[in-house]
Amino acid sequence: MSKKTVTIKAFRFNAETDYLPYYKKYEMEVGKDELILDLLNRIKWEHDGSFSYRRSCRHGICGACGIKVNGKATLACKQNAMDLVELFGDELVFEPQSQKRAVKDMIIDKGDFWEKHAAVKPFVEADVDPHPTSETIMSKEQVENFLDADYCIQCGACHYACPVIEVNEDYLGPAAFAAAYRFTVDPRDDAGKERLETTAELGSGVWDCVKCFECAEACPKDVNPIEKITKLHNMQFEQGVAKRNVATKHAEGFVRSIKKFGYLDEQDIVLYSEGLGVVKHLSEAFKMIKAGKVHPFDIAKKKMPRSKNLDEIQKLIEISQKNEL
Amino acid sequence: MSQLKYALYTGCTARESTPELLSSTLAVAKKLGIEIVLLDEASCCGASHLQDFDEFLSLVLNARNICYAEKLGLPMITICNTCQLNTVMTKERLDNDPEMKAKVNEKLAEVGLEYKGTSSVRHFLYALIDDYGLENIKEKVEVPLSHFNIAPFYGCHNLRPSHIHYKHNTPLAPDSEIGEGGGESSIQEVELMEKYTHESPYTPTSLDSLIEALEGKSVDYESKNKCCGFHVDLQAPETSNALSGTALLDAIDNNADLMVTPCPLCQLNMDLKQESAGKQLGRDIELPVLHMPQMVALALGCSKEEIGLKFNVTKATDLM
Ligand code: SF4
Ligand code: SF4
Ligand code: SF4
Ligand code: FES
Repeated sequence: MSKKTVTIKAFRFNAETDYLPYYKKYEMEVGKDELILDLLNRIKWEHDGSFSYRRSCRHGICGACGIKVNGKATLACKQNAMDLVELFGDELVFEPQSQKRAVKDMIIDKGDFWEKHAAVKPFVEADVDPHPTSETIMSKEQVENFLDADYCIQCGACHYACPVIEVNEDYLGPAAFAAAYRFTVDPRDDAGKERLETTAELGSGVWDCVKCFECAEACPKDVNPIEKITKLHNMQFEQGVAKRNVATKHAEGFVRSIKKFGYLDEQDIVLYSEGLGVVKHLSEAFKMIKAGKVHPFDIAKKKMPRSKNLDEIQKLIEISQKNEL
Repeated sequence: MSQLKYALYTGCTARESTPELLSSTLAVAKKLGIEIVLLDEASCCGASHLQDFDEFLSLVLNARNICYAEKLGLPMITICNTCQLNTVMTKERLDNDPEMKAKVNEKLAEVGLEYKGTSSVRHFLYALIDDYGLENIKEKVEVPLSHFNIAPFYGCHNLRPSHIHYKHNTPLAPDSEIGEGGGESSIQEVELMEKYTHESPYTPTSLDSLIEALEGKSVDYESKNKCCGFHVDLQAPETSNALSGTALLDAIDNNADLMVTPCPLCQLNMDLKQESAGKQLGRDIELPVLHMPQMVALALGCSKEEIGLKFNVTKATDLM
């Protein structure tokens, strides 16, 4: 089986002339080595010359050809078409990365992506000698510490797969965070503290990540942005940038609780993280009491389960904890 | 079938705000003749938050949890997606980074433990499907769920990142292969389709096929593999409400009578916050949300006490 008949349902829209988008179907024989980009080309060359999409390098380097296929973030020039037929069946749906940002067919206005990317200073900021007499050599460890964040091609796949981008317009997003990490760990750079402060802000920073791992799944270059987000969280504490707020107290509060019980004290962590803000959880607390999930007197009596061998846990925290708030 | 036996890592939620999860899990195991040993020594996995504060401490505590399953010589199972992911992320790291493993073991040695990497770690959902088998479950159904449209809600941390799950949430590997994982480096070495064969994060099937095995009708809806937003509920409740509310409404609009999830954090968020999510989105939301083992226990004819529907916040007792 080297060829297969596939129906492509493509999103069509011209922001200048169309009131609403629509889908158009194209049937074609697809060979086992064809890429999604080949299919985009064939729509344009064999069916409709007005069909629009971005591409340039055809080598997975320029980051221009990102689209969604059946909802999956896809770099068109890197993705084998048959793999997706195997995954989704013989109807492939081609859509732009973000429908609400569509300008023409697969082409979107990526302005928000670039603005947010720029907000983390995605470049090395350093006082460099304009006439160096020797090279700046990085050690193997220093290079490994990039954790491949330097492979990012700014394709936007992670950004437009991230659910928080859709509901919180301030959120900087996974690509910006990966870049913030990449330049902050660069040994030549001096702007790390500033980047950590930017990404520590509530609302726009890393604490608003829902940890859905969509970005890790979406990235065609395996940058694994969420891994860098975890690093940025840790670096905030290591470098004394973390401010005491509901999110940082929540993260730190786990240690407090585990030390006492081994388990998380689910009521205490809310009280501790929120402080006086806890009143906004009262209606939910009441619902939990009503369902018998928590007992109002537990809070006073501390009828908490405890891990066996709790002393081991306490000892391990004592000798392993590195960060403080 | 040889007797199945697992070390159960309960996590905190099943011991606190969702007692119905633990009782229904144990009831299902009893009905199916699966032997369970509770890991009472285990601590909290950090629920993906501790690692944001102190990554190394999180590795040490999670490694300690796995040690207790290893000491029993048993495969470990979890009943929470987030526990599952945190535990396997630790396992991946230690099995593939000898230097980190040594550092962690240096700490563990102080309390007389050693992490070896000999126990597999899987979610109960996959133990049921892959070890016990859907065909065998079908035979045990006493109360078919045939009059229910059931919306499966998979929960992020059993689906993504696939480059980790494809190695762990898969059928029990022979002893000889356990402990030889490929590490996060495998993110670059594995073909896309290899990662997606057991469970694809874009077209997941496990929960759907479990529902069908219990003779329920599984609801197909777009949000089934999306995030519920639980992890920002304190600092960004609007985000959390928007995500959970959208998924609940999607299920309701596709005629779901109830929702089921293998993750107690999803369950809590989706069950408890329906009123506030509904307010934010401007629509009434009312949909019972069951834990995966509660649904199985219902179909296997377990007792009312074991299933514990009275603990569900959105009224679910009528389902019996
Ligand atoms: S893990 Fe965080 S950054 Fe990545 S897609 Fe999810 S919310 Fe966005
Ligand atoms: S991190 Fe990956 S998905 Fe995101 S912009 Fe960079 S290359 Fe694209
Ligand atoms: S609670 Fe939400 S974010 Fe956490 S695992 Fe479940 S779906 Fe994912
Ligand atoms: S065309 Fe440049 S990345 Fe695809």
